[in-house]
Amino acid sequence: MRISLFITCYNDTLFPETGKSVVRLLERLGHEVDFRYEQTCCGQMHYNTGYQAEAMPLMRRFVEVFKGAEVICIPSSSCVGMVRDHYAKMAEAKGDAELVQAVNDLLPRIYELSELLVNKLGMEDVGAYYPHRVTYHASCHSLRSLHLGDLPLRLLRKVRGIELVELSGVDQCCGFGGTFAVKNADVSAAMLAEKMRCIEDTRAEVCTAVDNSCLMHIFGGLHRQRAGVKTVHLAEILASTEEESAR
Amino acid sequence: MSIRVGGAADAPAFPKAAPALLDDAQLRKNVRHATDVITQKRARVVEEQRDWQQLRTSASAIKAHTMRYLDEYLLQFETACTEAGGQVHWAADADEANQIIVGLVQKYGGREVIKVKTMTSDEIGLNKGLEMNGIRPHETDLADMIIQLGRDEPSHIVVPALHKNRQQVREIFMQAMGLKELGDRPEDLTAAARQYLREKFLTIKIGISGANFLIAETGGVCVVESEGNGRMCLTLPDVLITVAGIEKVIPAFRDLEVFLQLLPRSATGERMNPYNSLWTGVQPDEGPKHFHVVLLDNGRTRILADEEGRQTLHCIRCGACLNACPVYRQTGGHAYGSIYAGPVGAILTPQLFNMQHAESLPYASSLCGACYEVCPVKINIPEVLIHLRGRLVREQQSEASLEAISMKAVARIFSSRRSFEAAQRLGRLGQWPFVRDGWITRLPGMLGNWTAVRDLQPLPKQTFRSWWRKREKEKRNA
Repeated sequence: MRISLFITCYNDTLFPETGKSVVRLLERLGHEVDFRYEQTCCGQMHYNTGYQAEAMPLMRRFVEVFKGAEVICIPSSSCVGMVRDHYAKMAEAKGDAELVQAVNDLLPRIYELSELLVNKLGMEDVGAYYPHRVTYHASCHSLRSLHLGDLPLRLLRKVRGIELVELSGVDQCCGFGGTFAVKNADVSAAMLAEKMRCIEDTRAEVCTAVDNSCLMHIFGGLHRQRAGVKTVHLAEILASTEEESAR
Repeated sequence: MSIRVGGAADAPAFPKAAPALLDDAQLRKNVRHATDVITQKRARVVEEQRDWQQLRTSASAIKAHTMRYLDEYLLQFETACTEAGGQVHWAADADEANQIIVGLVQKYGGREVIKVKTMTSDEIGLNKGLEMNGIRPHETDLADMIIQLGRDEPSHIVVPALHKNRQQVREIFMQAMGLKELGDRPEDLTAAARQYLREKFLTIKIGISGANFLIAETGGVCVVESEGNGRMCLTLPDVLITVAGIEKVIPAFRDLEVFLQLLPRSATGERMNPYNSLWTGVQPDEGPKHFHVVLLDNGRTRILADEEGRQTLHCIRCGACLNACPVYRQTGGHAYGSIYAGPVGAILTPQLFNMQHAESLPYASSLCGACYEVCPVKINIPEVLIHLRGRLVREQQSEASLEAISMKAVARIFSSRRSFEAAQRLGRLGQWPFVRDGWITRLPGMLGNWTAVRDLQPLPKQTFRSWWRKREKEKRNA
């Protein structure tokens, strides 16, 4: 299958390893990855902060860039949530019938990484090897916008060598919330402190999630506290293999 | 008459109010404990209700329908209530509602009133309005009484004194009731409250209540509660005055079937409220001889006119969104500067008071969606929060704030591949003054809020797209 990757603006800039892992993983599974250079940002930050007029051209751009793509993979549940929850409404508000049609054509072809693997490609065991103690943080968008349920956990359970430990308060927000983290910094920090306590209680070496945005916030806090816990995107765990760790 | 309106009048912005509350360890412990207990109880009784999602869908549909025909249902309620011997008054705003209620109490010669728990009376600042006219209001709901006696402000829609624990309640009671000794067991506290209230119930002739539901079909009113103190106020006095927001009307008696399953489970984690009071007009031989309903607008028709904000009026004040909210659970209700706290307060307060003084509230959320998930009438609170943020940004268009300038600049960067790639390169170069030992630990301005508690990894040398470009080139050359 030819899979178009929407890497997302922040993964492209800040977390290239996640993108490389998605490419390695999908190619290992026998798929062809396509990357369209014209892609930039889905408009989530602007839309959610109230700059909806500024988000509109970004939405148009996304729709144009991915026109004709067979399957689009987005390794970020909050960006998938932005596209699924708001694009149709935005297009309708514009009163542009062609755009509405284009959005409706696009929506069923968009997959978050774990959705793509389990629901579209019908795989749980992707042949990964990751000999570490890992806990999974369920991001809010993955839970309550995408309703991923246990998809990421089903993938993780099939990883060889992994020791998966449950995170208490797994349905609680980590306190990132985009611009919330700077607009309401004190409350965000209090929420983060609680999340870090739960993560440290698991005595995991690694905390994983399907959103690097949460992980950036969580790891930022853990690093400040010299907690010694790493954060790693799900794609990076699934891309790891025995041969590779032997190297 | 001009009085303080319910909330948000001179309250500080949410981010300014939060730190002091976050520093109050006792308050946070109390809030955490109470919300945990209610959340767990709620989860148990929701799980056993197999048609929970269908009930939510029904409730949402009934509310949407009612809002569509609100004018007709309100008139139907007025006619039915009047035929049953009640008297209906219409109040455009808080001042008018206060004038009507004070006028009625004076007409019946009352110097004191007993009150059932009512958020709407807090919204219009009724207690202050009564006191200014020499009328003494007595709250009879245990939690509201704690708030009144402690000269405090409510911090939760359903459990207004949730931020106080038993020891603190004991202190308040001893001081306000002039008691020399009092235990802090629940039995001791309720016994003291009963002693104090019994005398009020038996002597005060005017009662004031809110309403959970107004039934258009019958002209009836429904109030649900846990203590029975409300029932006392609704049945013992000669005069009963009910103040209710116009959105409280439901079309028919049978609609209660849906709401009375959803409300108690969502609010207190009970299958049914211990006291469900329903009355229609006046009866010749029992209950109050005079019954008045004050229907309050106070900004509601303005909310109704806004297609996106309208669903806010569906709220049945169960408080489930407060208990589920990770922000509320950190700060408690006082940070919201309004009697309507938590997620629903964050959308209701700025709309009721037309944004003034409440501009920070739509941003007091991480948009985690826990509120929407538990809402028994399916109000998409995150969607309304985003809508209100958009309205604020549009209204402040002329102000060239640093945020607006940055947001617009970033949107321009994302508008083309070239500018995006240039910004990636510039960011990598521009960050070096802030990098110490491979980490960014201190940033200027608003971004300093990030580095106050978090480190930041610098931008890596290679973006994903430059890695991809290089790989493609190598593939072509191979």
